[in-house]
Amino acid sequence: MAHSDPPSSDTGFRPIPPQPPPVTVVGPVRWVRDNLLSSPLNIALTALGLYLLWLVVPPLIDWGILTADFVGSSRDDCTSGGACWVFIATRLDFFVYGFYPDAERWRVDVMFAMLAGFLVPQFLPGVSARVRKWLGIFGLTVYPVISGVLLLGGVFGLEAVETGKWGGLMLTLVLSYVGIVAALPIGILLALGRRSHMPIIRTICVLFIELWRGVPLISVLFMASVMLPLFLPEGVNFDKLLRALIGIVMFQSAYMAEVIRGGLQGLPKGQYEAASALGLGYWRATGLIILPQALKMVIPGIVNTFIALFKDTTLVLIIGLFDILGTVQASIVDPAWGRVAIEGYIFAAFCFWVFCFGMSRYSQGLEKKLHTGH
Amino acid sequence: MAGPAVPTPPSGPAPWRNPRVRAVAFQVVALVLVLWVFWTIFQNTLTNMESRGITTGFGFLDNTAGFGILFSLIPYDETNTYGRTFVVGILNTLLVSGLGILFATIIGFILGVARLSPNWLIAKMALVYIEITRNVPLLLQIFFWYFAVLRTLPGPRQSLEFPFSAFLNNRGLYAPSPNLEPAFWAVAITFGLAIAGAVVLVRWAKRRQDATGRRFPAWSVSLAAVVGLPLLVFWLAGSPLTWDLPALQGFNFRGGVRLIPEFIALWLALTLYTAGFIGEIVRSGIQSVSKGQTEASQALGLRPGQTLRLIVIPQAMRVIIPPLTSQYLNLTKNSSLATAIGYPDLVSVFMGTTLNQTGQAVEIVAMTMAVYLTISLSISFLMNLYNRAVALKER
Repeated sequence: MAHSDPPSSDTGFRPIPPQPPPVTVVGPVRWVRDNLLSSPLNIALTALGLYLLWLVVPPLIDWGILTADFVGSSRDDCTSGGACWVFIATRLDFFVYGFYPDAERWRVDVMFAMLAGFLVPQFLPGVSARVRKWLGIFGLTVYPVISGVLLLGGVFGLEAVETGKWGGLMLTLVLSYVGIVAALPIGILLALGRRSHMPIIRTICVLFIELWRGVPLISVLFMASVMLPLFLPEGVNFDKLLRALIGIVMFQSAYMAEVIRGGLQGLPKGQYEAASALGLGYWRATGLIILPQALKMVIPGIVNTFIALFKDTTLVLIIGLFDILGTVQASIVDPAWGRVAIEGYIFAAFCFWVFCFGMSRYSQGLEKKLHTGH
Repeated sequence: MAGPAVPTPPSGPAPWRNPRVRAVAFQVVALVLVLWVFWTIFQNTLTNMESRGITTGFGFLDNTAGFGILFSLIPYDETNTYGRTFVVGILNTLLVSGLGILFATIIGFILGVARLSPNWLIAKMALVYIEITRNVPLLLQIFFWYFAVLRTLPGPRQSLEFPFSAFLNNRGLYAPSPNLEPAFWAVAITFGLAIAGAVVLVRWAKRRQDATGRRFPAWSVSLAAVVGLPLLVFWLAGSPLTWDLPALQGFNFRGGVRLIPEFIALWLALTLYTAGFIGEIVRSGIQSVSKGQTEASQALGLRPGQTLRLIVIPQAMRVIIPPLTSQYLNLTKNSSLATAIGYPDLVSVFMGTTLNQTGQAVEIVAMTMAVYLTISLSISFLMNLYNRAVALKER
């Protein structure tokens, strides 16, 4: 009987309450046995890993936190023998704004705030898709114009700030943002051209893409700074930042084109055929049917390209622009501070790491979300 | 529709609506536009160079360079020509990229396997390593190794000492260099013959196994031959190899071979940076082989080593090769960052110093880009050959 009463006490049967499982098959002990000590090889590997950690982590914590100096204003405040974070704190303004005039730095702050203003809602769960879309469009079209006017000045009573004074985090963001916003449409056109049925158009696009992808960015930047002035008619002169930007955009649009081509190729042929069957011409079929689907598929690839671009902007220091790494490099050679190279590099690495790691996590999340197949 | 109302039936759309006509017109316009841009650039360049007094042509390659190069694989001094600086640059680029590719591949494969290790600690340590190196710019890593580590080492008198008489100080790494006596050629030739013999043996063993099913321990026999025979000849020839050990004399080391810190920093950064990417590629390649493959091979009675060698790795390689190729290309192109710390690679020597001295911007940039394009295309070609060998043979 399934629902009979429990046996009464006079039958003499008393169930023994279940014993807790042995400590070796559940909980942390089991976990350690399974994940760290499952075989002799694993025991050896765990020992090796712990030894490596013991070699690296305690000295690092000791140097970076326990014996480090955090407050002060000069080298003399760094006496304890650990890291000299005072150096970072006193130079922070330089690392963020470069040589931008003190009185005008609010303009850079406004640019940062606007950037956060339309980027952050993209990641918040509660924002509706329409708001996100319009904020995205704002970010790709209006925002670069407003920022350009703000940063350059010279109109609306804003004092003009020449690009030679730009630097630090702000320059890194300008370079990578302009790079991505300009490279995206050029990349789309190149990818469409490469998939075109017209042989001359296809050849031109293939040559352009393969040429830029085959050479290092540094030679492109050299070319932009050395050869571009030769290519232009006399009297026309671009400033250094603009030349670097042209080089970066050319280079990046070739990579972007290959990413987008992947999306175009991944689209089933039926989509193209259905669009023609509906009577849509090439541009309308592309704009309404093909691109929206293809671009959505390659958003992770675009983000990855952007991460690569973001890291590559450090190369501009070789042609004499001061991005974050450039400002750090310029500061650590200051004899007044002595040996602060490691502190400076760790700070710069941390800045890049935060941006790149955040973006790569975002792209991985998107990949999972967009993976609607099986 | 009854009765033709229109006397002449339409023979097709009007010319401006005909896709074919439009395609031709569109292409002609594009071609003219591109040609016009090139022509303008060409004209401007000619005028600009004329006004700056730069003569065109490759004649400058025969002029004396007059500057020294820090590190060269072939004999070079200041009296050599600009043409020779070009060769020195190419060789230095090839050296650092070749060694970088080799070590990045080894470390990358170890990292990829470690990421999938059942050992939690090892897997997490590999993950942390990969996430740090991949998300920090390469240039920053090069600077770190060069300015923060190698340049702050003690001087020659307080060198760090390593086993086998190697010394590390702020002037670089000093290591013993081999002195090959004439009889060493016999050892080298034996080694070559042993390898050729091993290839033949392995092929023969495979053919025999395919035909008869009988196995032959080809790999262990080959290994014994490749290692053992040269050693035997080496011993018979009376050890025709001596080591030139570096030794401290005065303020510096003499003898041995010296690796300059610029080279070590660049090579280390390129290797460690690219290894992180290769590690992720290897991990995703191994994960792409479905678990059923491993289980099926175990069900067939293959040992774990055989499962890995015959079932998992061949299938994983198909996924790994294409992205691995692009990592090799990236590493080669990234080696041009040498110019930031002064390692004399092609960009630094030729596009830097030679260009500054001669002002022949167009020729030099074109030559440099041609070299990188050639290297890229050759790596792609070789990897495509290999890819064809491992790719899925669909029938």
